[in-house]
Amino acid sequence: MLNSGISVLFEGVNMQRLLLGLLVTLRVALIAVVISIVMGILIGIIRTSKNKLVQIPFRLYLELFRIIPILVWLFVIYYVIPANFDLNLSAEVVALIVFSLWGTAEMSDIVRGSIISLPKHQAESSKALGLSVAQMYRYVLIPQATKRSIPPMINLITRMIKTTALLTMIGVVEVIKVGQQIIEVNNLDHPTISFWIYGFVFLLYFVICFPLSRFSRRLERKWAT
Amino acid sequence: MKKYLVLLLAALTAVILAACGGSDSEEKAETSSEATSAIDAIKERGTLRVAVFSDKPPFGYVDANGENQGYDVVLAKRLAKDLLGDESKVEYVLTEAQARVDLLKSDKVDVVLANFTVTPERQEQVDFANPYMKVDIGIVSPNSASIESVEQLKGKKLIVTKGTTAEAFFMKNHPDIELVKYDQNTEAFEALKDGRGDAMAQDNALLFGWANENPDFSVALSTLGELDYIAPAVKKGNTELLEWLNTELEALGQEQFFHKAYDETLKPAFGENISADDVVVEGKVEE
Repeated sequence: MLNSGISVLFEGVNMQRLLLGLLVTLRVALIAVVISIVMGILIGIIRTSKNKLVQIPFRLYLELFRIIPILVWLFVIYYVIPANFDLNLSAEVVALIVFSLWGTAEMSDIVRGSIISLPKHQAESSKALGLSVAQMYRYVLIPQATKRSIPPMINLITRMIKTTALLTMIGVVEVIKVGQQIIEVNNLDHPTISFWIYGFVFLLYFVICFPLSRFSRRLERKWAT
Repeated sequence: MKKYLVLLLAALTAVILAACGGSDSEEKAETSSEATSAIDAIKERGTLRVAVFSDKPPFGYVDANGENQGYDVVLAKRLAKDLLGDESKVEYVLTEAQARVDLLKSDKVDVVLANFTVTPERQEQVDFANPYMKVDIGIVSPNSASIESVEQLKGKKLIVTKGTTAEAFFMKNHPDIELVKYDQNTEAFEALKDGRGDAMAQDNALLFGWANENPDFSVALSTLGELDYIAPAVKKGNTELLEWLNTELEALGQEQFFHKAYDETLKPAFGENISADDVVVEGKVEE
């Protein structure tokens, strides 16, 4: 009886559908992660500025993405904007925009935090040695800050991958939605189906997120010495 | 710092409000031009965009081959055939219950065919065409202690799913009946099987399907007289498409299309004990 569910995984094109769903999940998450890392580092460095005029707009941007749930952002950009302005974006583009904006905001705070947390004398000594600002960042601050920002950064990336589950709400058919579709069709014939399908989805997420956290631990250990 | 933030937030709110207000007139102009050419726009695009469920068998679901199926989908295919000459010219937009109104408002789909019950609140936001299905609250109970009238429920426990019309109906009209509430249908049905309640109230169409799979139970009380209709919906103000749909639905009713669709999609799930007349509406409300 317990085994009856697993056969559904191999029925028709169910397996391909789940993997295609995973591909959608990964495509959105990874493109957004790359954009977030690049933009986040830039904005993070800018945000270490002590100029209030520079700080406040970025602070506002960060807080907007922290306070307002991602689901609300998705709804606003996918449903509300097209209803009020003549701008109709596809669900996946909306997903990319929201996830990149969110990731950039969070990433910039991680980068800013790790630069600021460096002892003040690091910057002061660089200047005393006659390094230019660019050189100071390039050779002194960024390498040390990177080390400190790896754990929260990996944390953010896995969070972004998992949060893609929200995308079903704007009609993106990602891995969890495919799973639900398969479960609902087979629920009556195979009562244990949800266990197998969600188990498989769990495995897929694990296969993606676990190596990331292992990788970060290895980097940390390597750089610790 | 705080003062700046407050100022900025205020400025931002003002900008957003201004933007929303300003776009109203634009939107109206846009919808009116749309209304004159809604059907032409669909023909030009070559596909009819229909919002359907992807996980609610037998109404709208995706089969093992990745194809959309179900009662709603049969109608979607027929609409595409009559409007565009080919039943494959449907672009299915898979939807969730909460997103149906927004999909129409934001012009992401032409028609919603997703088990969409006509309610006064929804009628303010979208336009419903003639119904093609009707639902009522039913009560399913074990054959050994069958519940055939609401009076029999006095002093007994009735299982309901939260947020359903069944829950609202009993809270409003029979506050004396003890309700046992669950978040999801699956849980509610499990509870009934375990005997944690004497009966369960839910949309009858759903109960028929379940009772068919569980021969120890039957829908001994299939209607409580709270009839609701399920109808296609279009964007508010899209009268051209709405009128076309109504004419089309009535024409389909003439040829008993929905009875055929019932036999094809719902009958296998609901079983023999239910007659199609309990569920389908042939393109317009019978007087």
